[in-house]
Amino acid sequence: MWVRFVGRRLWQTAPVLIGVSLIVFLTMHLTPGDPIEHMLGRAGSVTRAQIEELRAHYALDRPLPTQYALFLGKAVTGDFGPSYSQGRPVVEVITERLPATLELTLFAFVIALAVAIPAGALAALRPHRLFDRTATVVALLGVSMPGFWLGIVLMILLGLRLHWLPISGRIDWALAPESITGMNTVDALLAGDGAALRSALAHLILPAITMAAPMAAMVTRMVRSSMIGVLGQDFVQFARARGLPEWRVVGKHALRNALVPTVNIVAIQTGMLLSGNMVIEAVFQYPGIGKLAVDAIAAADYPLVQAVVLLYAVSYVGLNLAADGIQAVLDPRVREARA
Amino acid sequence: MSVDVRHEALQTVTKPLQVEERRQGAPILAVKKLRTCFDTYRGQVRAVDGISLSVRPGETVALVGESGCGKSAAALSIMRLVPPPGRITGGQVIFDGQDLLALSRAEMRRIRGRRIAMVFQDPLTALNPTLRVGAQLVETLATQGAARGRAARQRAVALLDAVGIPAAAERMRAYPHELSGGMRQRVVIAMAIAGQPDLVIADEPTTALDVTLQAQIMELLAKLKEERGLAILLITHDLGIVANFADRAAVMYAGQIVAEGPVADLVREPLHPYARGLLRCVPRLGRPDVPIHPIHGSVPDMVAPPAGCRFAPRCPEAMPQCRQEMPVLKRQPPTARTIRQNSEGESLARGGTVRRVRCHLHPGEGGNGR
Amino acid sequence: MAATQTQPVGANPGVRPIDARPGTLKLLLANRVAVGAGLVTLGFVLVALLAPMLSPYNPAEQHPEAIRVPPFWSPGGSTRFLLGTDGLGRDLLSRILFGSRVSILLGVVVVLLTLVVGACLGMLAGYYRGWVDTLLSRVVDTLLAFPFLIFALAIMAVTGPNLVALVLALAFKGWVDFFRVARGDVLAARESEYVLAARGVGASNAYILFGEILPNIVPPLIVLAALRMATVIIAEASLSFLGIGVPPRIPAWGTMVADGRGSIATAWWIATFPGLAILLLVLSVNLLGEGLRDALDPRMRR
Repeated sequence: MWVRFVGRRLWQTAPVLIGVSLIVFLTMHLTPGDPIEHMLGRAGSVTRAQIEELRAHYALDRPLPTQYALFLGKAVTGDFGPSYSQGRPVVEVITERLPATLELTLFAFVIALAVAIPAGALAALRPHRLFDRTATVVALLGVSMPGFWLGIVLMILLGLRLHWLPISGRIDWALAPESITGMNTVDALLAGDGAALRSALAHLILPAITMAAPMAAMVTRMVRSSMIGVLGQDFVQFARARGLPEWRVVGKHALRNALVPTVNIVAIQTGMLLSGNMVIEAVFQYPGIGKLAVDAIAAADYPLVQAVVLLYAVSYVGLNLAADGIQAVLDPRVREARA
Repeated sequence: MSVDVRHEALQTVTKPLQVEERRQGAPILAVKKLRTCFDTYRGQVRAVDGISLSVRPGETVALVGESGCGKSAAALSIMRLVPPPGRITGGQVIFDGQDLLALSRAEMRRIRGRRIAMVFQDPLTALNPTLRVGAQLVETLATQGAARGRAARQRAVALLDAVGIPAAAERMRAYPHELSGGMRQRVVIAMAIAGQPDLVIADEPTTALDVTLQAQIMELLAKLKEERGLAILLITHDLGIVANFADRAAVMYAGQIVAEGPVADLVREPLHPYARGLLRCVPRLGRPDVPIHPIHGSVPDMVAPPAGCRFAPRCPEAMPQCRQEMPVLKRQPPTARTIRQNSEGESLARGGTVRRVRCHLHPGEGGNGR
Repeated sequence: MAATQTQPVGANPGVRPIDARPGTLKLLLANRVAVGAGLVTLGFVLVALLAPMLSPYNPAEQHPEAIRVPPFWSPGGSTRFLLGTDGLGRDLLSRILFGSRVSILLGVVVVLLTLVVGACLGMLAGYYRGWVDTLLSRVVDTLLAFPFLIFALAIMAVTGPNLVALVLALAFKGWVDFFRVARGDVLAARESEYVLAARGVGASNAYILFGEILPNIVPPLIVLAALRMATVIIAEASLSFLGIGVPPRIPAWGTMVADGRGSIATAWWIATFPGLAILLLVLSVNLLGEGLRDALDPRMRR
């Protein structure tokens, strides 16, 4: 059953991936504006022959289907060609920035869930009481607040006024550990360097909190509502009637079932987390993929933009797959329904 | 003159009753003037409005009524599992000599499962859909301190076997949705008896099942009752089940008990118009000539129950008095059946002989109102 | 149990749910939070309409002698510029008042566009099923797998900041939510008794779809529209913040926060106040949406 489930879900993602790649390819080519003109715009006078030469070089003179086939074939092998703006292979540019974004996203993810699941569950246990009302208000503020603005407010308050935390960058450069994984916290741990670890963590906190806030808010609301629904169900009452202690009724029986629908929201929100990191990285001048994307777009660096967008999309698809997998682990009925 | 005759008759029937009570012992459960309210934004709903009833060891007592009459709320109140916004506002639940309503939460938790167990209406929703039935059964045993680890697994298999599940060892690995409705209810019953309780509260245990399965499940409960000396409080709306499986029955209407007595009396000579109405709603198999008479109207609005008798608005025999004055639950004189039963020495028949009715048509003997 | 059945609202199978829901307006008005949120939202709309009359200054007017003047209650501030000025000496209050226009306008246009497109496609897919449904659902799956902000960014990057492209970028994925709600509700309604009854008396498909089903799926769509409005406003602000949303000559809150980003150490107010305006508007729209949901559609109550 598991083999069938996984196989079928993977198979179902194929058309989605093709659709995504098609959209990425087409938007880059059908929207007005010419990459070559963008590239050469700053270079001053160029001859028509030079432009044609560049077009040929990047295969921009070939028919669209051919260009798409070429694009897809190369994309599968990770070959997106050289970046227009940096002159280096796109893959190289991306892998260089990836660890920073992974580290930040992972932190944000952990913070969001560590806050949201207990908060949502606690709120559901005593609905309309003080904790629930507070959590509801905070969560509503969280979903109503633009992330970039929250980042700036945190920078002003915690960074500039109270001087508790640094407001930009990834680490104190003087303390940077030797790069092994590229993730400063992990590298510092591997090197056993406490000062570097502290510096890396201090730099991570503000952007991670900012990133985590909307996700934490959404997940709290979801956990709360689905938990309230589950707590009203017979099997929870029956678990109590069997004499199970309350922590077990809530923590095992209710929460497990409440998390099944929550997993989808978590996946969607993690996707938002990913795209949100462009804004957050821009606010905090954090050198990750998001900032790379913004810079690449500003430079009309097509190959780089394509690769980054595709990377985001693939991670999106991957997240949804993972969510389905987790749901299947949590709930046998999901396994069968989708196998 | 007529009063004297009645007294005589009473004395003759109360004697064997005392003998019977001694045999059966004191009630394991005695609910006294229990009240449970639900706070809604329209006002307070008195779902359980001062009911009293008792269950003796080895006895099956049915609590009968339409949906919405408060019988499930009463069951949950006994377990102290009334979900918010409901709360118990008064009365006592004396179980084995102690008032459950006075216990701490932890003490109450040790009562649940080990002393009083519950069987729910819909076995599909009563079992956690995401866990294997074996795991849920083992968890129950472990919580109740009955067994752990391997021993618990063996006990679990034995329990599944005891409730008539074939290939019990294999079914341990099944998820609830993989079992049929009847099997699921058997699993629920196995979990209920896992802690070797003294009392099982069965809340509509067969309502969600096919008719053919209903008898099987009821027979299983009856068999377990015999084997384990259980007391059963059966919550149901099905008079057929009551007639076949209960010893005594209490009819509940709008949060109150309106009639109570041996099942045989209730079925053969119902005194309360509501009980008579309920009986007339039951279609008779093979007797198409006997018409079905539904009770008109519906359960009253419990935020503002009618003044006087709560059944009066729907009662075909209501008198002016019924709309003004709430009747009290009064002990009734013995019926021809109980007198005959007594003279024929059937004093140990199920359900005893005492019957009470809350109706102005049956003023009863006075002094026994509760 | 008696208590759970005393809810005054509840869909009765077979009865058209819209008839079983009396007093929607009454329910909404009884919700004080929703009423407050509605009033604040209305206030924002009025501000947007009356911005030229309310603003003390032209939002583009620069006061070179008054660069980064703090708000009036701070030392150095004056009541001449109530909320202070930005790096070009423009009155922050006037710019915020004018900034409401583009946020609300884009929000309304994008939501209406996505509502109409999404609901129509969703109703067709749900009613006719077959290949239309399969195709559209595949497209929706693909779009769902797509990071919206990245995509909008890519479009905006290629076209440069302009309002039409911005509307299309914001609407590109937004219709999916309406599609899913409309499709799901039509699928359910299709089998319901009132539709079967209409079909039984020989009503046409068009009549059933628009005369019978549509009125019943409007409430959840309205609720979704309000909640989407909040999302669109934040998305627009985010794009503007990144410099690829609203063209720079139009005052927009996101752009204003970005303008203030560089000087948060010396002039915190420039980035703070426009963001507060976004928060307040989005918060009231969200609260209004939730109030509508509670009043219109008890099934969606969570």
